[in-house]
Amino acid sequence: MSKQSSEKTDHVGRLGYSYRRNLHERFIESVLFLSAFLSVIIMLAIIAMLVKESVIFFQHVSIWEFLTDTQWTPLFNDAHYGILPLVTGTLVSSMVALLVALPLGTIIAIYLSEFAPFAVREVAKPFLELLGGIPTVVYGYFALLFVTPLLQLIFPQLPGFNLLSAGLVMGIMIIPYVSSMTEDAMRAVPMHLREGSYAMGATRFQTAVRVVAPAAFSGIAAAYILGISRAVGETMVVAIAAGMQPNLTWNPMEPAATITAYIVQVSLGDLPHGSIGYQTIFAAGLTLLLMTLVFNIIGHIMRKRYREIY
Amino acid sequence: MNNVNDLDVLRKIIGRHKRWDLLFMIVGIIALMIAILTFIALFAQMLVDGMPRLSWDFFTSFPSRRPESAGILSAWVGTTLVMLVTAASAVPLGVSAGVYLEEYAPKNLFTEVIEINVTNLAGVPSIIYGLLALGLFVYQLDFGQSILAAGLALALLILPVVIVATREAIRAIPIAIREGAYALGATKWQTVWDHLLPYSSSGILTGIIIGLARAIGETAPIITIGALTFIAFLPPAPVTDEFPYLSFEWLSAPFTVMPIQMFNWVSRPEEAFQFNAAAAGLVLVVMTLAMNGLAIYLRYRMRKNIKW
Amino acid sequence: MQDIAESNRYKAEVKNLSFFYGTFNALKHIDMVLHDKKITALIGPSGCGKSTFLRCFNRMHDLYPGNRYEGNIMLYPDNVNILSPKVDPIEVRMRISMVFQKPNPFPKSIYENVAYGLRVRGIRQRAILDEKVENALRNAALWDEVKDRLSDLAFNLSGGQQQRLCIARALATDPEILLFDEPTSALDPIATASIEELIADLKDKVTILIVTHNMQQAARVSDYTAYMYLGELIEFDETDTIFIKPQHKQTEDYITGRFG
Repeated sequence: MSKQSSEKTDHVGRLGYSYRRNLHERFIESVLFLSAFLSVIIMLAIIAMLVKESVIFFQHVSIWEFLTDTQWTPLFNDAHYGILPLVTGTLVSSMVALLVALPLGTIIAIYLSEFAPFAVREVAKPFLELLGGIPTVVYGYFALLFVTPLLQLIFPQLPGFNLLSAGLVMGIMIIPYVSSMTEDAMRAVPMHLREGSYAMGATRFQTAVRVVAPAAFSGIAAAYILGISRAVGETMVVAIAAGMQPNLTWNPMEPAATITAYIVQVSLGDLPHGSIGYQTIFAAGLTLLLMTLVFNIIGHIMRKRYREIY
Repeated sequence: MNNVNDLDVLRKIIGRHKRWDLLFMIVGIIALMIAILTFIALFAQMLVDGMPRLSWDFFTSFPSRRPESAGILSAWVGTTLVMLVTAASAVPLGVSAGVYLEEYAPKNLFTEVIEINVTNLAGVPSIIYGLLALGLFVYQLDFGQSILAAGLALALLILPVVIVATREAIRAIPIAIREGAYALGATKWQTVWDHLLPYSSSGILTGIIIGLARAIGETAPIITIGALTFIAFLPPAPVTDEFPYLSFEWLSAPFTVMPIQMFNWVSRPEEAFQFNAAAAGLVLVVMTLAMNGLAIYLRYRMRKNIKW
Repeated sequence: MQDIAESNRYKAEVKNLSFFYGTFNALKHIDMVLHDKKITALIGPSGCGKSTFLRCFNRMHDLYPGNRYEGNIMLYPDNVNILSPKVDPIEVRMRISMVFQKPNPFPKSIYENVAYGLRVRGIRQRAILDEKVENALRNAALWDEVKDRLSDLAFNLSGGQQQRLCIARALATDPEILLFDEPTSALDPIATASIEELIADLKDKVTILIVTHNMQQAARVSDYTAYMYLGELIEFDETDTIFIKPQHKQTEDYITGRFG
């Protein structure tokens, strides 16, 4: 045996690489890679689709008009293509939602992470998750038929469709996203930091606000940004409860369409493929995507930074 | 103030701080209560309005112009079929992508681009997926306003959920398991297939259920595709009595789904339709709550049983 | 038991202390004293309960549910039992500071880390803060190294500097007792030497209780040493006595390295 190996040192016998096994492994790896790569293709397809139709749209409508005209009436005979009313509708409803979701979500997260007894946390967390799993169309129904009538008891002049009740319900809907991510970020703060603070005689509230929250800052910021992009992109609640009339207003007590509500309104009708009306929803969609993409990228950078902090 | 340890001063300060603690505790409980009470109000409102409409007939009738005889037959059949397409496409793709990113992907810029991209996809508003499906599936690929187009749109939407759940489940398996398999001469794929996937299956399943629960409730992308809201017929049955016993005609059939049906009823001016909307909403909420509840239960059991 | 004059020289006295994590009896009937302005070291094999014992002194165990104390730790000259449920653990922690095993600076600036204990007490005047922070940093032998970058993030300091920062943080509030939980176990030998020197310098100012896994360290810095084993205090005496002629065979075995 030793003679043989001295003659043929490169002989590996059954220890050699199996060509078939290698091929099989390579094949599988390629398939898996393509699945992962598909996510990039999807993103590119989304951008390509929106840009393609928007380019045709912007051949009819100048970008200047799109950004500065104060009316959005693409389906009327006297067509105006100013995105501003849709943007203000989106911003006002999002603002109302965030005024509810960010403070409440943060308070709930701090309470659950730093104050609540174990049993409360074990019950409250899954409950909040369930709350986040309810279909948005149901929240829309709730906003229109429960919250608006309730608000009309306080503000009798409030119209049936309004940004306020849509925003409020949207805010409640977003609470679970904000609170669960914020809580995760706070619980990722190592115990020895908390102990350091308690050992100085700090109370729970002082420890939570002065040590834990700053340490979890980037994670909390990421949670906020997720909340913001959800509010901006939410569709059904506003489509049902805020109405579908474009209305350039900063007043949440008025009805107004958001970008998403407009897309729903057009889709409900029967617009021929290739018409300018068809292209408007892609231009609107592109505006929306750009708004959320910016938030998401900021969120990703924040998340990466906070992973490195300890 | 020079002596920071004057005991009386100290006690006063501590007392003041403790009142803050108590105050925040109360505020926290109130905040939690607001979320819980909203949920109870939402559920109660639908229960009161919708419960009287829930009957066997409601499930076996088509939508109708007369609210009292309208039902959700076409809607729940449509939802079931759309979910079949969604699950059949999102699960293999999402799990494969998750396995690749966790076990195979080299640490380089390209992998990071894919990872950032998955995060970004998760943040894209659902209605944008609807626009993609409208342009790509409905017109470019000419699937029409069909179950296939809707199912694929929702599959793209929940893909990030499945990918993230797969990655987290696989990441939780200790390195020793992988080394044990490799030490016995397993190839990478054998390690994945024989060990990593089985051991992470309940975690992956949890993610799939949460993803599907989300897809069931999604309305916006399906509206965007242009799904008709008044469908008084069923798609062709997937099972036939002639060889080969399976038919895929249903894939290209027009359809409606539960949330669309509910949306349609909510937007009707007649009050009687609101009761139908409430009943449909009740069914929808119970379905999604059950699915999410199952996922939470699975995760809870997993945490209890598996201690690496 | 002992006359008043003698108890005046004690900073604290542990009387029949037992401690339970749930049902697990981690400390069993411990009697011991802390001499005022002296360094007392706690030694013993890992798991013997020395850190558990240390953390009784500032009621850290109150942070987690299911923990229970029995017995007393009397704090002098107040003559109060700091383990009494009527005593506020927050007040105890304000008067008895602690330095941890791993340096745990807060994710704040160097200045804010040291000022934290003062801010927790509601002190806001910049002049007082500046003065106390500088004093604490000087006492922790860190001032010269950081005086030009007080607003830098504390994470940018080296491990030894971080630990000295934690000591400065603990000193800033003029504590009556300073607890050290294996303060050098995460540090290299050079940083360890500087921390030990610092601890030795501090004993004129404050009573010190230090847990260490390193017997040489105990011998080098402490005036009194307690040897613990399986939750019991086996022997407590002047450090020289413990290391030269211990009364118990068990202590001797541990000190001479015959212990497993």
